[in-house]
Amino acid sequence: MSPDDQPAASSRLAGHDLTLAYDKRTVATHLTVAVPDRSFTVIVGPNACGKSTLLRALSRTLKPTAGQVLLDGRDIATLPARQVARTLGLLPQSSTAPDGITVSELVARGRYPHQGLLRQWSPEDERVVAESMAATGVADLADRTVDELSGGQRQRVWIAMALAQQTPLLLLDEPTTYLDLAHQLDILDLCATLHQEQGRTLVAVLHDLNQAARYATHLIALRAGTVLAEGPPADVVTPELVRRLFELPCRVIDDPETGAPLVIPAARRRRDVLPVIPGR
Amino acid sequence: MTVIRFGSRSGTGRGIGSGWSFRYRPRSLAAGAATALTALVVSVLSLGSGDYPLSPAQVLSALAGSGTPAEDFVVDQLRLPRVVTALVVGAALALAGALFQSLVRNPLGSPDILGFTQGADTGALLVVVAGGSTLALAEGAVAGGVLTGAAVCALAWRGGLHSGRLVLVGIGAAAMLTGVNGYLLTRASQMDAARAVLWLTGSLDGSGWGDALPLLIALVVLVPAVLGGCSRPLHLLELGDDTATALGVRVGPLRLALLAAAVLLASLAAAAAGPVSFVALTAPQLARRMTRALGPNLAVSMATGAALLVTADFAAQHALPGRQLPVGVVTGLLGGGYLAWLLATETRAGRI
Repeated sequence: MSPDDQPAASSRLAGHDLTLAYDKRTVATHLTVAVPDRSFTVIVGPNACGKSTLLRALSRTLKPTAGQVLLDGRDIATLPARQVARTLGLLPQSSTAPDGITVSELVARGRYPHQGLLRQWSPEDERVVAESMAATGVADLADRTVDELSGGQRQRVWIAMALAQQTPLLLLDEPTTYLDLAHQLDILDLCATLHQEQGRTLVAVLHDLNQAARYATHLIALRAGTVLAEGPPADVVTPELVRRLFELPCRVIDDPETGAPLVIPAARRRRDVLPVIPGR
Repeated sequence: MTVIRFGSRSGTGRGIGSGWSFRYRPRSLAAGAATALTALVVSVLSLGSGDYPLSPAQVLSALAGSGTPAEDFVVDQLRLPRVVTALVVGAALALAGALFQSLVRNPLGSPDILGFTQGADTGALLVVVAGGSTLALAEGAVAGGVLTGAAVCALAWRGGLHSGRLVLVGIGAAAMLTGVNGYLLTRASQMDAARAVLWLTGSLDGSGWGDALPLLIALVVLVPAVLGGCSRPLHLLELGDDTATALGVRVGPLRLALLAAAVLLASLAAAAAGPVSFVALTAPQLARRMTRALGPNLAVSMATGAALLVTADFAAQHALPGRQLPVGVVTGLLGGGYLAWLLATETRAGRI
């Protein structure tokens, strides 16, 4: 399965021949990916494989050293910033909520790309903010300050802000980090709802391969800046791939709950016996 | 944590053709109006006091050009330039301070701490040592401030402007330039050194229209651009660079443009009145506490700065009978004392 199998027409967002680097440290070269429209795409891979870097490039918060990110076929760097912000939303890994800001005030800031100098606040803005808070289940918290919320609630509020942007594409950088298992699933359920019921295209970076396999409709497996495999989880997640991706012997069984592939890492004593196929 | 909140109400109106609408906070509006009114009242009092005392009514009629020739002369020619200089310097310093504090996300981010004021001092002192005129001194201050601003930003630049690096480089530059300034003072002749020290304290003594005009022009150009065009993106910048970018803010150009505007305002203010201490640091903090609003509070900060400086200058002229103080001494005492008192009461109330 290579990126070339994806018909270009069905991808509003794609990276073409990207070289990604921080200062002088190159993370990826000649990386080409396409996000299928209306998919819930999840990027997985070992630490430092470049998955967050790729997401940052796709969301134009990192400028590629070479290559282009294409949004609707046009180089994202050349498009007006606010026009992009009406098409593509981002939940970054870290954001700072100003001291004392309330939930509704924070969510309202997501309306910026739709506002103008003279039309700064309309009934439409009011309605979308209320809808976004309702969709993420934070409507009851509207007048609370963000500082006093729990980690899970706070993450929902940030997602509500991104929803208020009303973008058909939404990128999430490790949305479940620092949350306990129940809250991780809570956020992923919310993502699945946004994908299925609102028809948005979602791209997320996740650490947990099993969660990725359960929720994603399209997986991109990245190692050392190279796409090892991509496609539906049922096709992609195999013992062979997990060995190449994480250098980890494992079995893959059907998840008894959902039927999705479920990775069972080999027990410690068996890990030395099973051959490890080097990656790359 | 107790947080007192005033809900944002929507004020919606209809313009010609397409609808326009905006949100305002009643408390911010009231705070802005109250400080602006304070500035005006103190200005009128200040215009009326001195060796030739005038009632507020006489001052107002002189301002309208319908007073006696003597009143018109005293108010319009002698006292007005000084009061106007105080108002514009206060407003400019406060705007510069509010911009810096917001851009570096640090309440200590003010031109006095980031080295730009020291740079203006160096420029002015170089002119003093070279035996230049007062006009050249002002030009030296602007050049010194702008050059230091450019140098600090260039040194802190690494694929983008990082606030932490900017503060550190700025503090380093301030320390170096303070040393240079001390050396320049020792090189100046005794009379020049005395003149330089008075300027370094910040003084509105003998301010004329020539001092206020460049700053007034800069304010007329920059204020609509900054308050109209940049205030909302600046609010978003507080959410972090990535979030601001995701919301459609061009973070790099915005930060650079606002830094340039703030450096220019601080340098021109220093040229007009010397490095008046503490206004840039205090005014935004006072404004923030009065409005209890998020974000940089640019307009209210400006009104606060103008009120603070014109009040300080009024006090400087009349606090000690028969003796005038440099305004910088009073702004330090007044602004610093008020801020310390506010912080103390807020700490006691469990807020910070």
